[in-house]
Amino acid sequence: MELLRYILRRTFLSAFVLVGVTFLVFVVAQVVPSDPAALYAGPRPTAEQIEKARQELNLDAPLPARFATFAGAMASADFGISYKSRRLIAEDLRAYLPATLELAIFSTGLALLIGIPFGVIAAARQGGWADRLCSFGSIAAVAMPTFFLAMILQLIFAQWLGILPLSGRLSREIAISAPLPMVTGFNLIDALIAGRLEAFGDALTHLILPALTLASYPAGVAMRLTRSAMIEILERRHIVAARALGLSEPRILFGHALPNAMGPALTVIGLSFAYALTGAVLIEIIFAWPGLGRYVSEAILAKDFPVIAAVTMVVTICYVVMNLLIDITQALVDPRVALS
Amino acid sequence: MPLLDIRNLSVSIPTLDGDVHAVRAVSLEIERGEIHGVIGESGCGKTMTGMAVLGLAPKGARIVADRFHFDGEDLRERAAHLRGRRIGMIAQDPAAALNPVLSIARQMDDVIRAHRDLPHRNRRAEAIELLAATGLPDPERVLRSYPHQLSGGMQQRVVIAQALATGADFLIADEPTTALDVSVGAQVLALLRKLVTERGLTVLMITHDMDVIAEACDRATVLYAGRSVETGPVGAVLQSPGHPYTRALLAALPDAAPLGARLAAIEGSIPPPRSVIAGCAFASRCPQALQECAVTPPPERNRAAHRWLCHLPEDAA
Amino acid sequence: MKKLVQRLGWPGTVALIIILVFVLVALLAPWIAPYPLQGAGGPNVAAKLSPPSADYWLGTDHLGRDILSRIVYGTRVSLTNGMLIVAFSLLIGLPIGLAAGYFGGWIDEALMRGTDVFLAFPALLLAVLMAAALGPGFLNSVIAVAVTWWPWYARLARAEVLVLRGQPYVEAAQLSGVSHWRIILRHILPATGRPLTVQAALDVGPALLTAAALSFLGLGVLPPTADWGQMVDAGRKFFPARWWYSAMPGLTIFAIALAFSVLGDALRDRKGGTGRASA
Repeated sequence: MELLRYILRRTFLSAFVLVGVTFLVFVVAQVVPSDPAALYAGPRPTAEQIEKARQELNLDAPLPARFATFAGAMASADFGISYKSRRLIAEDLRAYLPATLELAIFSTGLALLIGIPFGVIAAARQGGWADRLCSFGSIAAVAMPTFFLAMILQLIFAQWLGILPLSGRLSREIAISAPLPMVTGFNLIDALIAGRLEAFGDALTHLILPALTLASYPAGVAMRLTRSAMIEILERRHIVAARALGLSEPRILFGHALPNAMGPALTVIGLSFAYALTGAVLIEIIFAWPGLGRYVSEAILAKDFPVIAAVTMVVTICYVVMNLLIDITQALVDPRVALS
Repeated sequence: MPLLDIRNLSVSIPTLDGDVHAVRAVSLEIERGEIHGVIGESGCGKTMTGMAVLGLAPKGARIVADRFHFDGEDLRERAAHLRGRRIGMIAQDPAAALNPVLSIARQMDDVIRAHRDLPHRNRRAEAIELLAATGLPDPERVLRSYPHQLSGGMQQRVVIAQALATGADFLIADEPTTALDVSVGAQVLALLRKLVTERGLTVLMITHDMDVIAEACDRATVLYAGRSVETGPVGAVLQSPGHPYTRALLAALPDAAPLGARLAAIEGSIPPPRSVIAGCAFASRCPQALQECAVTPPPERNRAAHRWLCHLPEDAA
Repeated sequence: MKKLVQRLGWPGTVALIIILVFVLVALLAPWIAPYPLQGAGGPNVAAKLSPPSADYWLGTDHLGRDILSRIVYGTRVSLTNGMLIVAFSLLIGLPIGLAAGYFGGWIDEALMRGTDVFLAFPALLLAVLMAAALGPGFLNSVIAVAVTWWPWYARLARAEVLVLRGQPYVEAAQLSGVSHWRIILRHILPATGRPLTVQAALDVGPALLTAAALSFLGLGVLPPTADWGQMVDAGRKFFPARWWYSAMPGLTIFAIALAFSVLGDALRDRKGGTGRASA
């Protein structure tokens, strides 16, 4: 019962937050100093064209009415059209969102895969050189500017070693001469559906560098959270008992202590997912990754505000929903969460 | 030859404020097939002695002893190897000793798997058999449970089953009944007695409770301020205690005092763990203390297998 | 000095010294930079894109400007950027947190739910949205980041106030009819201010890192003012052949962010009391 109440309350709060988010985006849109009608009307518009655009965009309606229209459009996933390209934003999003999600999910997995084991090792060797090395590594990963790390990785793995592609989502041969049929929009999955292993491998090698870049910060955070959680857990009696029962050290660390640290691990999933979504804005340009990040940064240069607002909305929705799911999972795993 | 043979064990832990003398001079001889009680107030070093035998003393602790042997093997080198193979532990609070997020099946299986190379099916049968041996009524259901779904007594039986699963023949039981109801505690003690006779186990029973000694043990050693001050068959120690501290402990028992009378509390407090003790550690609290008690270490006195350390002549006891 | 090392440990002390050096560099930029004119933006086309050499220690950019001088001048922008973001955020977050915590009830509920809305955005994205709306420029980028930053201080301040509100001297003051204003100014603010200021000082690092990301996206200061993030972006066109153009400012951002991070770690270690006191 407590659990159900908690879930309902969190869902309600998330819905409320989304309304607030919509309102905020709308307000920000109002303070744009440049005239949207002038942008919409195209290059060197006449006064008449601007006036016509103004009517088309319904800019003369009173503010509350315009907010209602805006919120309604957002709710029905109708993000309007781009001022610049005049294309439907929703259609663009359908192509770009999976690309960014694929990157975000992959890098989240990578962050956990790197951060958690190192956190466990650091905790097991607390105070030793392995711990210090891991701890410094995590601090460095957190302090590293993402966009700079992206360039360093490109330099090492693409330029010097030449073992990974510099940028893009697929090699030119595949993208142009034998494109993948778009089913889910996730290249890895689409390649498997089409049964094309060579395309799968190609998509995978293209994913590694951008995903690694995005994973560095959350991996650092994951390592620290895991370490501190594990240090606390390793002092618990049942771990001492497990030692006394003659269980091997790896078994104790990963089989007995780590499952108790699932709470922090879940927190890290939310955090790295959010980080990957926003970090995409920075590194998709560098890796020429055709996702939301590159979409929005081109929109920034063109002052194409509806696109910026739409991307902000979509990413924030993903983020809020993700956090909701994590909170609920956490409550299911550990009922004490729901009580506090 | 005793199974566990400890002479003059000391465990000290260096800190920034000086060494903490957790164990100062403990001697302990435990014969095969007996339940040997180690009794003392908290801070007397009884738990640390057990931890040292298991090789689980805190990192950096200094362990010194004239003799520190288990079945002829030196524990200073072999403790980590013997732990979980021949020496097992039954912890104080079974709720804390079981992993809250793993099923009992997983926790039993992990122990069996660590010690024997058996296929999964056999390991499961073994787990069921061990749980049944500890008197758990429905082992299959217990296997499917998580610790919080079991009562304290059931949890303690699972912990004992785990200790048996290691194949250990020597168990260190650290206050195995403290966290349980009195009646459940009595059942657990009876179970331990039964396992000792049926399986030929030897048990080191750490407790602060004279009742546990009287109820379950064959022999007992009394610890005070990190030193063993008296040892002998339970009957002798309880009925004609040699050391004034043992007498004070017995006088503090509820049924020792006439109904309605105040319990005889022991005046004063134990010496701080960082201090250096020259004479008898109990001197400052002892009602019969002589002048030399605070200065020179007390000599050993004995009546057959019943031995204690005291300056007072034997007939004063 | 010895005391400092004892308090912060070696890594923390070194980090603090690095930060102080950066502050000094920012203050004395015109005297430290080997080519002050180029640092301020003057072109030097004759020497464009030269690699690091005795004349130009860290090489030159596409207009031949000495990168070292540009970085030295960029220190001013970055540090003021970071400090202003934190200051603005405190200015918004502290009063909101104080009011929410002190008055409680519906005021608390309303203020904190509002704060939740701001926290619901992935921070960098909200900053991008704001900066895009306001247009590029130094002050705009500060505001854009501060908008995403203040909710943390509001939460922190509120948590501190909740502890203080139950203190006997605060309750005594309330009972004896002292005005809310005086209680907040006299009793609450000084006690909350301290932990918050320490946090804020440490946040200068992450704040300038975010600001650098914005200017990398072209939403920061406008050229010819030197800015690290913008330099990394500008150098990207010449990367990796002329690696120094991007790498030098990139490493500088990394160095200062790392210093703040290490210092924060050292302070946290001491505060939590989990130092290496025991063996």
